Amino acid sequence: MDMNIFRGLETAALLVLFVGLVIWAYSGKRKKDFDEAANMPLNEKDDGIDHSMNPNTNTIKQGESHE
Amino acid sequence: MTETNAPSYNYTVVRQFAVMTVIWGIVGMAVGVLLAAQLLFPELNFDTPWLTYSRIRPLHTNAVIFAFGGCALMCTSLYVVQRTCQTPLFSNFLAGFVFWGWQLVILLAAISLPLGYTSSKEYAELEWPIDILIALVWVAYAIVFFGTIMKRKSPHIYVANWFYGAFILTVAILHIVNSAAIPLSWTKSYSVYAGAVDAMVQWWYGHNAVGFFLTAGFLGMMYYYVPKQAGRPVYSYRLSIVHFWALIAIYMWAGPHHLHYTALPDWAQSLGMIMSLILLAPSWGGMINGIMTLSGAWHKLRTDPILKFLIVSLSFYGMSTFEGPMMAIKTVNALSHYTEWTIGHVHSGALGWVAFVSIGAMYYMLPRMFGQKEMYSIKLINWHFWIATVGVVLYIAAMWIAGVMEGLMWRSFNDDGTLAYTFVQTVEMKKPYYAIRLVGGALFLSGMFIMAYNMFKTMAAPKRATVDKAAPAVA
Repeated sequence: MDMNIFRGLETAALLVLFVGLVIWAYSGKRKKDFDEAANMPLNEKDDGIDHSMNPNTNTIKQGESHE
Repeated sequence: MTETNAPSYNYTVVRQFAVMTVIWGIVGMAVGVLLAAQLLFPELNFDTPWLTYSRIRPLHTNAVIFAFGGCALMCTSLYVVQRTCQTPLFSNFLAGFVFWGWQLVILLAAISLPLGYTSSKEYAELEWPIDILIALVWVAYAIVFFGTIMKRKSPHIYVANWFYGAFILTVAILHIVNSAAIPLSWTKSYSVYAGAVDAMVQWWYGHNAVGFFLTAGFLGMMYYYVPKQAGRPVYSYRLSIVHFWALIAIYMWAGPHHLHYTALPDWAQSLGMIMSLILLAPSWGGMINGIMTLSGAWHKLRTDPILKFLIVSLSFYGMSTFEGPMMAIKTVNALSHYTEWTIGHVHSGALGWVAFVSIGAMYYMLPRMFGQKEMYSIKLINWHFWIATVGVVLYIAAMWIAGVMEGLMWRSFNDDGTLAYTFVQTVEMKKPYYAIRLVGGALFLSGMFIMAYNMFKTMAAPKRATVDKAAPAVA
């Protein structure tokens, strides 16, 4: 095959791939999954604070768990 | 009680990298300020070879990109990957190796560059033994990161991890390919590439260091910390997927714009220019996605200086990713290339985008990694924000003016075809702008000192009796 035909086909293939990606990403079926994924950082189980570094908050936490 | 459900994350390595981000930020930017002063007062090399501009310029670039930026990326990526995958790091031993190995690389750079050891490849100056150490550390980093993703508890791989993953994978390839060299001794090697191929490999590396180290990695940071700090999910998860794939596919081809009007074949230059122009779309996709995350909660910007850092970083990202494609157009490049305009462009990206988003993320990380809810002083964060903003604006405005003026002077001809200005005349004209740039850079550096003070006060806080002891008891 002529190299330039190959290059043309390669460009066309990449275009199809990109359009396919956009259709996939914006299809209604994916909405629920993406909403779930988008909320991952906000639905974390704890506060992301390293309590082992703070003896004061540790004692408070123990007190809390007894309640 | 909820605390007990959380897996025991490795925060040690995150904390170490967070502290070193601030320390290396000060070191790298201080060298930058010295360089800015040397351009104005050349005596400031004190007639020593070790402080010569040509030797400490790579020290500055390596320190700010790989020490400051690298520590910020490793800190945040290792935190984000654990939390969004809901699982501890793949290997604590390897994570420790990544931290200490990376610090050793930085130390070796700080010693070898002023001594004059260099491979003379821009942003890849370190000699081959250090290059091998970098490769080992980077492979360990990749194993820790991707190993953690593989044992994740959550079904999705959050978008931030996609960006971090692309950054880690691509930088490994870039570093290994571009650093391929034949050693002559322990301290001297020659690149395996020659001529125009060497130049093309170098700028394939160089521009993708911008695209993947300084862009994809920090976009990963943006995709976690902007939603966290704003308390809202990212504006459009779909847009994040589309612009991720578009960004990484197109960035790879933009490198030749560093070699306009050189011995590089003309078609390669044109290809680089076109790809750089297309790059505007995925770049702005990320910028819009980040800023619009705040839609409906704009009022938070008034009171939260951390959010100010994060959102203003995105404005600078949008500005410099507009400016970049414009400068990649050959006719614009004919004016801008080799002038101070390039320096202005780089710093609007490096200070305005990379440093701002890192500083914002560090103000989020530092208190948490030392068992605190927030930094010692919010007021000081606000001071830092305004001092840094004024610093960046002075810096880039001065460099724009100096660059355009310089470019216009270089291309001015007399009627008989001779040059209208000698080179030294163009240097003389730049002096006032060099002075403004020095002031801007010094302001930015002083902001970092405020940050360091705030950090040490925050680190000391747990040892004092806490004031807010009553607060959790109410809850």
